[in-house]
Amino acid sequence: MHDESTPSSDLLGGAWGGSSRRDFLRLAALGAAAVAIPSAVSGCVLTAAGRPKLDFHDDFGVLNYAYALESIEAKFYERVVANPPSDLHAGELKILGDIKSHEVQHRRFFKRSLQILRAEIPEIVFPGVDFSTRMGVLTQAKAFEDLGVAGYNGAGKRLKLAEFLTIAGKIVSVEARHAAALRDMLNPGSRDFAGDDVVDENGLDRAMEPGAVLDMAQRYFKTPFRIAGL
Amino acid sequence: MTYNTSSHLATDGAPKRLVPISAVAAQMAAEGLSGIVTDVLNFALTLEYLESDFYTRGVGTSGLIPADMQPVFDQIRKHEAAHVALLRNVLGSKAVAMPTFDFTAGGMFGDVFSNMQTFAALAQAFEDTGVRAYKGQAANLMGNKAVLQTALQVHSVEARHACQVRRMREQKGWITDSERGNLPPATQGIYDGENNRFQFILARPGSSSTWTEAFDETLTKGQVLTIVAPFIKGGL
Repeated sequence: MHDESTPSSDLLGGAWGGSSRRDFLRLAALGAAAVAIPSAVSGCVLTAAGRPKLDFHDDFGVLNYAYALESIEAKFYERVVANPPSDLHAGELKILGDIKSHEVQHRRFFKRSLQILRAEIPEIVFPGVDFSTRMGVLTQAKAFEDLGVAGYNGAGKRLKLAEFLTIAGKIVSVEARHAAALRDMLNPGSRDFAGDDVVDENGLDRAMEPGAVLDMAQRYFKTPFRIAGL
Repeated sequence: MTYNTSSHLATDGAPKRLVPISAVAAQMAAEGLSGIVTDVLNFALTLEYLESDFYTRGVGTSGLIPADMQPVFDQIRKHEAAHVALLRNVLGSKAVAMPTFDFTAGGMFGDVFSNMQTFAALAQAFEDTGVRAYKGQAANLMGNKAVLQTALQVHSVEARHACQVRRMREQKGWITDSERGNLPPATQGIYDGENNRFQFILARPGSSSTWTEAFDETLTKGQVLTIVAPFIKGGL
């Protein structure tokens, strides 16, 4: 398990403001969550068989699932921005750069917050994804964002700790903003930003169960996750 | 106004997701609505009434919305009307009545239905408020999973709307720090607190603005009601 190189003293919280340029964790806030740690540890770290696992039997499994999805998105945009298609329209690289930053921050949030409770993320691959054209990149980005929205919407009810639900809510609306922007880039000025293909007659966005989301997302992990607790 | 949205036809030819309103409403009501859930849903209904009435009037005002912006605003109108219909269906006899709205806010936005700039500015204000309002209530709905999921499904639609309106107004689709951008100072309360850098247990006081863009923030019911009160005749 590797971490972003952070001094261990940083992780133990110290005081607010002591190191204003660095991140730190306030472990006291973990409180209620701490009681679930022992089982969660067994549930999400690398298994004896060496194959990573997502175990949905508690909140940490759900958060690790979110971490896995964010990791795909972050890696996707990092690759796009590092080597953007030459036919992007003016201003579009800036938008993709913003989205990349957000997804990297989401990944960082989960990685740092979950600490030893986090799942090992397998190598991420993009089989069949066209990184060389504007259409290929925007279409794939749209698919990832719509899937992320549906995934968070479907997973929220599994969370038992209110703080986790709220943080998921803070992230999902940003994913929805991404989805709308990408959809409008593909078909400007149309109804597609919140099109009838994703928003139903009751005005509801999609919600997908983790199993259905992972059916679509597993292909982006070189070694697919083992799934438990669904 | 009518709350039946089924007569509005999609014009983009996209495959439609057909889910009968009665099925969703029945699912939400199946577990029974506790007092707190009923309160949250009526709070949501009040906000949806406001948005629905706002867009119904705007879209219905000839000469206000330029032709190339009509599809977007009609799509939003359609969703807000559907949200009203759904919430009224779930709440049944417990649903609050629609207030009378004053979208000029006592004259502050006197040209709201004659000046597209003003109309779009208020649209952004209402959508960004709606996103924060639903987010702030999610934890209160944890006791009823069907209601919680439905609220989340509304929440992300409001975020799609917010992004679209912001971009049409030459703003980023996401919120940087607590910037209200080109909205008037009276709307600052909608963005206060969006510069929060403490997420769950992770504090990043020196982080870049992209850290704040990556997380939308909550508003309490009280904060939201303070924001919308000027638009409700007779107050709340």
